[in-house]
Amino acid sequence: MALDTKSETRQFTVVGTRPLRPDGIDKVTGRARFGADMTAPGMLIGLVLRSPHAHAKIKRIDTSAAEALPGVHAVVTRADFPVIEDNDFIADILDNCMAGEKALYDGHAVAAIAASSGAIARKALKLIKVDYEVLPHVTDVDAAMKPGAPVLHEGRANETVPEGMSSNVVARYEFGHGDIGAGLASADRVLERTYRTEATHQGYIEPHACLAQMGPDGQADLWCCTQGQYMVRDTCAAILGLKQGQLRVTASEIGGGFGGKTTVFLEPVALALARKSGRPVKMVMTRSEVLRATGPTASSSIDIKLGMTKDGRITAGFAELRYQGGAYPGSPVEFGAMSAFAPYDLDHVKTVGWDVVTNRPKQAAYRAPGAPMAAFAVESAIDELAKGFGLDPLEVRLKNAAREGTRASYGVTYPAIGLEATLRRAKDHPHWTAPLGPNQGRGVACGFWFNFGGNTCVSMNIAPDGTVNVIEGNPDIGGSRASMSMMAAEELGISYDQVRTVIADTASLGLNDVTDGSRVTFAVGLATIEAARDAKREMCKRAAMVWGIEEDAVEWKDGAAHPAGPNAGSHPPMTLAEIAAIASNTGGPIAGHYEVNAEGAGVSFATHMVDTEVDPETGAVKILRYTVFQDAGKAVHPAYVEGQFQGGAVQGIGWALNEEYIYGADGTLQNAGFLDYRIPVASDLPMIDTVILEIPNPGHPYGVRGVGETSIVPPLATIANAVSAASGVRMADLPMSPPKVLAAIKGA
Amino acid sequence: MVKVRVWGSLAAATEDRTEVEVDATTLRELLDALAARYPALRPQLDRGVSVAIDGKVYNDSWFQPIREDSEVVLLARLKGG
Repeated sequence: MALDTKSETRQFTVVGTRPLRPDGIDKVTGRARFGADMTAPGMLIGLVLRSPHAHAKIKRIDTSAAEALPGVHAVVTRADFPVIEDNDFIADILDNCMAGEKALYDGHAVAAIAASSGAIARKALKLIKVDYEVLPHVTDVDAAMKPGAPVLHEGRANETVPEGMSSNVVARYEFGHGDIGAGLASADRVLERTYRTEATHQGYIEPHACLAQMGPDGQADLWCCTQGQYMVRDTCAAILGLKQGQLRVTASEIGGGFGGKTTVFLEPVALALARKSGRPVKMVMTRSEVLRATGPTASSSIDIKLGMTKDGRITAGFAELRYQGGAYPGSPVEFGAMSAFAPYDLDHVKTVGWDVVTNRPKQAAYRAPGAPMAAFAVESAIDELAKGFGLDPLEVRLKNAAREGTRASYGVTYPAIGLEATLRRAKDHPHWTAPLGPNQGRGVACGFWFNFGGNTCVSMNIAPDGTVNVIEGNPDIGGSRASMSMMAAEELGISYDQVRTVIADTASLGLNDVTDGSRVTFAVGLATIEAARDAKREMCKRAAMVWGIEEDAVEWKDGAAHPAGPNAGSHPPMTLAEIAAIASNTGGPIAGHYEVNAEGAGVSFATHMVDTEVDPETGAVKILRYTVFQDAGKAVHPAYVEGQFQGGAVQGIGWALNEEYIYGADGTLQNAGFLDYRIPVASDLPMIDTVILEIPNPGHPYGVRGVGETSIVPPLATIANAVSAASGVRMADLPMSPPKVLAAIKGA
Repeated sequence: MVKVRVWGSLAAATEDRTEVEVDATTLRELLDALAARYPALRPQLDRGVSVAIDGKVYNDSWFQPIREDSEVVLLARLKGG
């Protein structure tokens, strides 16, 4: 469905305010039920046996001793799952959940047990004998592309990969237009540099957890923490050979996802154990399992060639991006290649992306997948060239900024976009001219993300007392229950506290796509507004019946039906509560609903600014001040929008400064815990300032744009530019951990 | 006829052209026509694509109208996090 020209210029009553969040009390009192909080009578505990090797052939698995242990009710290996022959996407997910012929990374699941207690399950795991043939491994993206590198799979490269490359290279992408050679030739200076980023985990605080049960009739129920219960249903049904309608999945509260919970890890295993044991099975990952066996983002190695004239015009941009996405095809390199130069209006631009497999866990989406690494490289190069010419880096970006009518590097001609507005706001902000002290540096960078909509269903039930339930199918990972309640209240003309939004299970609504792609406030919001309009039409009809006039002689305003038009007569308005109270007398319960594949979401841009201080004695970097400038279209609940901006910046700070997967020579992960994998904590951070711009998205009734992902795109380059300014050394490898910064300073 | 831009690495499947013309008035007709005229595109079409029509991205809506003067760009299938 096209959503053009739906935006309205209107004064809002509820939208744009900051009411209390509906999940707040539950979460601060411990009453909220997360994945690990689910229990069932007769429940077993499921645990997974994981490979200690980075790459090994599984020659034999002997589970007999474990099965004989009293209290063990089921053991599953890959042999307990159907063979999937015609769907590589699903087959790879299954292989990642339970290894087949080979263990492909340290932590890869090879067997699972369901026992009557955790202690018995742990004891039983030790009784499983796996005969491995250890194979050579590779965890670095550049090493994996070399001829002679250890090969994970044969025959997985698609038709885009030239002959003669390592079998670890599985796809090639190329985007762009113009003549790179001619563009570079017209530059006053061409910068060539290689940039590297490490894999980082989404770092959600809640580990994966689920509870599965399945009856002998094949009807199954699953409770889990996920960003998409429908995705879990459809994926598990495909893996286990179930009918989608026979598997009901209920999403718990979610303790963070950031893209990492857009796939499955434990869920098919728990269902297989429940099917085999005939008992409910609960599985909860440890933090070590989360880091070893769930999806971080890709690591990357990126070559840039960038040409610029001495007055700051970019004459050409070229990027060759190499992303490893773990042991299976599917790194987000195509999005890196598409987004790398997306903020700029370039006559000559080309990007080439290579998708590479290595002996690491299968990557999962992480906010704006693939874009932050590409932006790190491009925005660093722009900064270096601009400063080399003595130019203002914001002015250089303004000079080259994409605008309405710009043909983007990925092929699309932009409609009205907000990049220039974020840059101008940044330039006018007092942060930009605030004084800096010794060893301090300021950085700026821009970022882009696509955003999308997708399949969405919303039902809205009017209770007899005039309160309202919004029923939607997307787990609330960023405040969507509050936003939906606000948009419903706005549309119905009632107060926020008269509306409660709940998240339905998969049997209660039609298909809803995953909570990802910054889609929910846009798409579910749109559906909520339309469901409210559906309910209003019905309520106007009921009022018309009471008044004995035509339906089209009734209009809805200020939370009530009013007679309208010359022939409507004079009747006192009927409020929503008054109409709801007599619903049984006027035709029955009142509800609204709306189902849509909400396509046509608008793209999003941001500009970030940071001040850092580098300790020249230790290489430690301190974030002094950070400001985010981003277009939200319309901020429904500004506090949540600010939270999204702040969260993206903070995750980017972690990615830039400390977070990395460290592998030993044997290919095993050395830092599988939050003590050694260091995410930022409150004491590392200043208050992240935010500036919300509101340039309405014409594709949404209230002008909303997704805001959840763009905010993680600029920070890597923003911070690298600031640290480079503070240290006097260009930092091109992330993370900029103290030893690395110190070595760069000493080596300068 | 509608002009369709394909990304660079697909040009090998479209006779080395990054802009092709097909006869289509809807998204479904467009994808069918591309597959029929350029069979080597089929593996990518089967893996999934998004299509930008006049700057807006569509994933699945078969009957989204396409005008002759629309800007149509084939994109890798978009997903998010």
